[in-house]
Amino acid sequence: MSENPKAPTSRPASNYFGAVMAVTWKDLAAEFRSRELLSAMLIFALLVILVFNFSLELDREARESVTAGVLWVTFAFAGTLGLNRSMAIEKDRGCLDGLLLAPVDRSAIYFGKALSNLAFMLIVEVIVLPVYFILYNPKNFFSPGFFGVILLGSIGYVAVGTLLSTMAVQTRTRDVLLPILLFPLVIPVLVSAVQASKGFLSGLPIGEIVPWLNLLVVYDVIFIAAAFMVFDFVVEE
Amino acid sequence: MIIVKKLIKRFGLKTVLRGLDFSVEKGEFVALLGPNGAGKTTFLRILSSLSRPSLGQVSIAGYSLPAQSAAVRRRLGVVSHMPLLYGDLTAEENLQFYGRMYNLPELSQRVDEVLAMVGLSARRRDLVRTFSRGMQQRLAIGRAVLHDPQVMLFDEPYTGLDQDASEMLDGVLRRVAAEGRTVVMTSHDLARAETLASRFDILSRGVIAASASQASLGTGNLLDFYKQVLGA
Repeated sequence: MSENPKAPTSRPASNYFGAVMAVTWKDLAAEFRSRELLSAMLIFALLVILVFNFSLELDREARESVTAGVLWVTFAFAGTLGLNRSMAIEKDRGCLDGLLLAPVDRSAIYFGKALSNLAFMLIVEVIVLPVYFILYNPKNFFSPGFFGVILLGSIGYVAVGTLLSTMAVQTRTRDVLLPILLFPLVIPVLVSAVQASKGFLSGLPIGEIVPWLNLLVVYDVIFIAAAFMVFDFVVEE
Repeated sequence: MIIVKKLIKRFGLKTVLRGLDFSVEKGEFVALLGPNGAGKTTFLRILSSLSRPSLGQVSIAGYSLPAQSAAVRRRLGVVSHMPLLYGDLTAEENLQFYGRMYNLPELSQRVDEVLAMVGLSARRRDLVRTFSRGMQQRLAIGRAVLHDPQVMLFDEPYTGLDQDASEMLDGVLRRVAAEGRTVVMTSHDLARAETLASRFDILSRGVIAASASQASLGTGNLLDFYKQVLGA
């Protein structure tokens, strides 16, 4: 044990980035071993996109106008499942307390969890997108802008979702509370992501898509900044 | 090492701690006893910076809470009845992860030392979810001492352990205390507390109702003292 009471027992230099990466590494390592979260998200996402495909018997024109919405509803539902499970793992064995006991700024925990949640969501999206392409055959699927929107929308969704799942997991009704809290707040992200995706898929001029992209970027920044500022208060009793 | 003055903790309209005063000298082993609902866990959560005091002063190793909570956390090791470990990581990976959170130098060497200390070197590459409750609790202690803290807080560490595991935990706790750390432990197991602690504080209705040292109490008198204080 250290004799000098003022001497730090761990290195005093800021460990912020190291802590962020440690949390992300831990989540990825645990998940790639158990595959609980990813398999649940993936099966659910594929089921949702299939259900939409068979329930919406649309002509080509109508189909083009709704498929972006179908895609984002699929991502949002699967994402909620993942966010809930990701925080439940921390809470069930008291691990959230273990994280909070670390001598780092607590926002590092938020960013670590958000990064791993984003990674899980992107993995699911990479698998779901080819299925979406086969089922709905959208015109401009390979537009780089479309994939950019997927990334921006996922960042916004995960930014607010990680914060709210941390709040929800501390309640008895965590499974039902997260979607109730999340969906109203994430509407701006979903609306702008759907509109921008639709714009790219239907080949609209970039000038008509840029306002939605701007909105998406602004909401991403706002949600990340807000989460950075309030996470400490959310996790402390 | 630990100084608490007029600590009040409220959850909404419910007041759990009602002006609690408490202090622990360096190297002391204090057993915090009391009935269910007395506020022991709430008090330990405040000391470990997981909960914010409503009113009052708390300082640990010269740093005040909640203002200097990161400095306090660097000097604090916490073990609760929950293991605070990831079941899908191995014992070694769990310690590596927490070591990275504490930014520890020479982490691999430290992990080896700690695994040897808690007797889990042979199981280092096994997933924690395959461990018995007793092994998980030993690893939890390993996690808590990994960064060489000056102060250790134990919240009901014996919960769910069988006789053999409890005796093994006794040995680990004695070793932790013998290294000169300041220890505060909550427990309902008076017999066990009596063999480990140098002082006994009884928490009742949100305040320290009585305090006695091992020396002043003598051997085998803790139960009578406890009953007398609580009027049981």
